[in-house]
Amino acid sequence: MKTIQHTGLGIFLTGLTVFIALIFLGEYKVSPELFNTVVTNKGIKSELFINDIKNNVLEKTFTSPFKFSRAVTSAIKSANASHKQNSEWDKVIWDKPHSFSYAIAKEAGIGIVKEHKWLFWWLTFGLGIIGALLFIIPQLITLGAPGIKNDGIYHKPATNRGWIGWCVFTFLVAFYVLLYFRPDYIVNWTYVVDPISKSLNGNLASQWFLYGFIYCVVMLVMAVRMYIKYRHNNYQLLRTTSVLFFQVVFAFLIPEILVRFEKPWYDFKNAFPLDYDFFFSWNLNELIASGGLGLFILVWGVVLSLVIVPIMTYFFGKRWYCSWVCGCGGLAETLGDPYRQLSDKSLKAWQLERWLVHGVLVFALVMTGFTLYTYFSGTAAVLGIQTQTIQDIYGFLIGSIFAGVIGTGFYPIFGNRVWCRFGCPLAAYIGIVQRFKSRFRITTNGGQCISCGNCSTYCEQGIDVRAYAQKGENIIRASCVGCGICSAVCPRGVLKLENAPEKGRINPTEILLGNNVDLIELLKKK
Amino acid sequence: MEHIVIIGNGISGVTAARHIRKLSNKKITIISDETDYFFSRTAIMYVYMGHMTFEHTQPYENWFWKKNNIDLKKGRVTAIEAPSKTLHLSDGNTFNYDKLIIATGSKPNKFGWPGQDLNGVMGLYHKQDLDNLEKYAPNNKVCKRAVIVGGGLIGIELAEMLHSRHIPVTFLVRESSFWNGVLPKGESNMVNREIKAHHIDLRLGVNLKEIKSDENGNATSIVIAETGEEIQCNLVGLTAGVSPNISFLKGSKIETGRGVIVNRFLETNFKDIYAIGDCAEQQIAIDERKPIEAVWYTGRMMGETVAQTICGNKMAYKPSHWFNSAKFFNIEYQTYGWVWAQPKNNEARFYWEHPNGKICIHINFDKDTRQFIGINTLGIRMRHNFFEKVLNEKKSVDYVIEHLADANFDPEFYKLHEKEIVAAFNKENQTNIQLKKKSWKRILSI
Ligand SMILES: Cc1cc2nc3c(=O)[nH]c(=O)nc-3n(C[C@H](O)[C@H](O)[C@H](O)COP(=O)(O)OP(=O)(O)OC[C@H]3O[C@@H](n4cnc5c(N)ncnc54)[C@H](O)[C@@H]3O)c2cc1C
Ligand code: SF4
Ligand code: SF4
Repeated sequence: MKTIQHTGLGIFLTGLTVFIALIFLGEYKVSPELFNTVVTNKGIKSELFINDIKNNVLEKTFTSPFKFSRAVTSAIKSANASHKQNSEWDKVIWDKPHSFSYAIAKEAGIGIVKEHKWLFWWLTFGLGIIGALLFIIPQLITLGAPGIKNDGIYHKPATNRGWIGWCVFTFLVAFYVLLYFRPDYIVNWTYVVDPISKSLNGNLASQWFLYGFIYCVVMLVMAVRMYIKYRHNNYQLLRTTSVLFFQVVFAFLIPEILVRFEKPWYDFKNAFPLDYDFFFSWNLNELIASGGLGLFILVWGVVLSLVIVPIMTYFFGKRWYCSWVCGCGGLAETLGDPYRQLSDKSLKAWQLERWLVHGVLVFALVMTGFTLYTYFSGTAAVLGIQTQTIQDIYGFLIGSIFAGVIGTGFYPIFGNRVWCRFGCPLAAYIGIVQRFKSRFRITTNGGQCISCGNCSTYCEQGIDVRAYAQKGENIIRASCVGCGICSAVCPRGVLKLENAPEKGRINPTEILLGNNVDLIELLKKK
Repeated sequence: MEHIVIIGNGISGVTAARHIRKLSNKKITIISDETDYFFSRTAIMYVYMGHMTFEHTQPYENWFWKKNNIDLKKGRVTAIEAPSKTLHLSDGNTFNYDKLIIATGSKPNKFGWPGQDLNGVMGLYHKQDLDNLEKYAPNNKVCKRAVIVGGGLIGIELAEMLHSRHIPVTFLVRESSFWNGVLPKGESNMVNREIKAHHIDLRLGVNLKEIKSDENGNATSIVIAETGEEIQCNLVGLTAGVSPNISFLKGSKIETGRGVIVNRFLETNFKDIYAIGDCAEQQIAIDERKPIEAVWYTGRMMGETVAQTICGNKMAYKPSHWFNSAKFFNIEYQTYGWVWAQPKNNEARFYWEHPNGKICIHINFDKDTRQFIGINTLGIRMRHNFFEKVLNEKKSVDYVIEHLADANFDPEFYKLHEKEIVAAFNKENQTNIQLKKKSWKRILSI
């Protein structure tokens, strides 16, 4: 078994190495025809830029994406600088330089990867998947009989913030930085998934298609791990299946197929304000322009956030979304499961959490207010602040840095729900509903708690579950995503996630069940 | 201001301190030398197994004590002078109190076995034992085999711990079946099977004769009394029960038996001296309970109670119905009320076991009145509240069977076995009980 696992690990690492090496393969050469198309399609009026490219890029061979990117982006920057100085606003190129450069590079790339897309798919994704599964599936046997499998978690450098954890951290952060800010460096990665993209939506793969595809693959593989690890626990099995389904079908397949039929890309389960650009004018315009379906999406998006989310939360708690439906939650519960114990349980962290997550919610709402005001009034600024500027700041700080780089990149350091706990505005909103108006609670089983601390340790949301359980109190917390792991790891059967009448949901106790009945009565009366 | 001094920072002492603080602004000092801060003894296994770090076993953050104005003093009490209300500490200092709570817990039993103090021979109770374990059994290269002596709750935990690091374990149990002084046959057998399924070399009905050592005083093997068999090992775990940790009271005139003798108010024979938790021994046992109850819950309850008394609301220790729980490798165990290993004359039993041999339920009831007396479950979680109510209201076994759905506390979507259980009960008792649907109204009494 160990040999199979080691082989698997070797295969996985080979796949990973090829994947990383892909960045450095191939060449880029822009032909005059290609450049003309770009100029026409993008409506570029800057002769400075055009000349710059003609002199420095056209018909030249670039041996790395970095050099190519530098040539294109510096052409954009210097052209823009002088246009801005001369107030030639119509000549300024407003595209993000690296996205612009990506669009050209995607066409301009030549070489082995582009010529053998499937081969390289197998050498990267194929090897990665096979290797990972070879590593994971033998755990059916190596982990022993079904039950809680946390042996050695704090002894292993992968899961105790050791060197492997730091390596994974570095890789993930680098990945997100490239994805969000340097798409033109990872053109080769997108080639590899072109055939799949073509068959789904009819187009070549963008970096976002690549991301969606990786997301699904990672979740699928790591879900297998969850299925094995928690095979004694039906709650975990069903929950994992559910998030997996919503990710693959709702966040990936349906939107891509919509695109194939020239409809707007839309993830039907992604609720505002997590879907923060839902009310952005470009989105509203696109939806309105795309007929019946667009209008349906518009209505659905509003109903989902304002009606479905609170009602479902009333009946089932925040978990219905965060642990059963959401994509961010889905990744956290699959890829992130090995890191859940790393969340900070201190009171300080809780205080920070409340400021941050509600701050982001307010930010998102204010931004949306500005956006809608701008949309309907046509004025670009509110109170002297450009709506566009706020949107850009939000998109950069919250949408990219917080949700992506920190939210996922920091899994191996701060645990798997950093974004969900500290940053997600939807979680803040649902949390308020859960705290004040919901049938959901984690029931504490009378006096059975032995204060061992397993529940708190494995709570990915950093909730000090034990603090409640050892007082005999039910756990009612805005941040609880109902993952059910506290209940699973409790060695004394103390915790149960339940939906029940609101009466008696909050039960502050002085002393625990099992003590003198008169004393309990006496303290209750007080 | 009255100064309350508590010896021992375990669950009993700490609970007393917390509740005294809630009820008053008296000066509180806790003296202990085991660790700087309160930790959960019950969780030391998870530290060794790598589920948690030691810090995770501390239920309160370090700032908690100062914020609540509870002084922590590191030190070991060597003697108590009751008449002058003075404590003597091992560093030679003395310390005065107005009221004293003795909460010094237990220590592992050693029955005078030859070699019981050798290197690599240890109990499993204190933080220091955990450190020792890391020293003598960090992995299966240093520790090629371990022998555990004594088949109780701590013994089986130690077996699971060593197993998690792939260290071969021989488990010597005096009884003919695991913990069968407490567990009835069905449950005990199930645990035997679970132990063996984890490749533990379980030896039933045997005693330790002696522990042998090399020239450096390290344990190297043990000899079994009955067979004379010698087993090579590098670690010997002595887990044959615990007894109150009160040897420092010798000469203090505080009345002791096996533990510190207390009345129902947890008072010792000296005014203003109380004893709680593992180290306290009830003059007259309460109901069916043992005079010394070495479990977490009772320590906590005594702490809650004594705090009331000390803060002027004199209160007898009058625990409600017995409950307990444990985990045997992968099998969780819960009990409410009493299910003795052997039925008493007035008792009838109902035992149901799942075909997979890992789940069972065992109910004890009165033959004639059919009053419910107690329940054991393995592999099924039950609702404490439900059984507390059933026992208070003296409900019948038939009521319990009928309302099993209310009683169940397994996580959502678990496969429930209530239908099979009810059917088996009906068949065995010629009854016709219909399982009632779970009702929140009944469960929450609303
Ligand atoms: C491995 C293990 C697992 C357990 N699991 C469970 C379980 O699952 N469920 C359950 O109900 N119970 C369990 N128990 C039993 C439970 O932990 C004890 O009943 C409980 O800890 C007793 O609490 P206490 O406060 O009375 O004493 P202790 O926790 O023993 O605390 C006493 C403290 O006093 C200190 N002390 C002693 N003498 C002196 C002195 N002279 N001067 C200064 N300090 C002194 C000791 O060092 C110690 O720190 C377990 C015990 C162990 C060892
Ligand atoms: S409290 Fe429990 S269910 Fe809620 S998030 Fe934490 S571990 Fe998950
Ligand atoms: S895991 Fe269970 S027994 Fe341990 S502290 Fe949490 S609720 Fe209590």
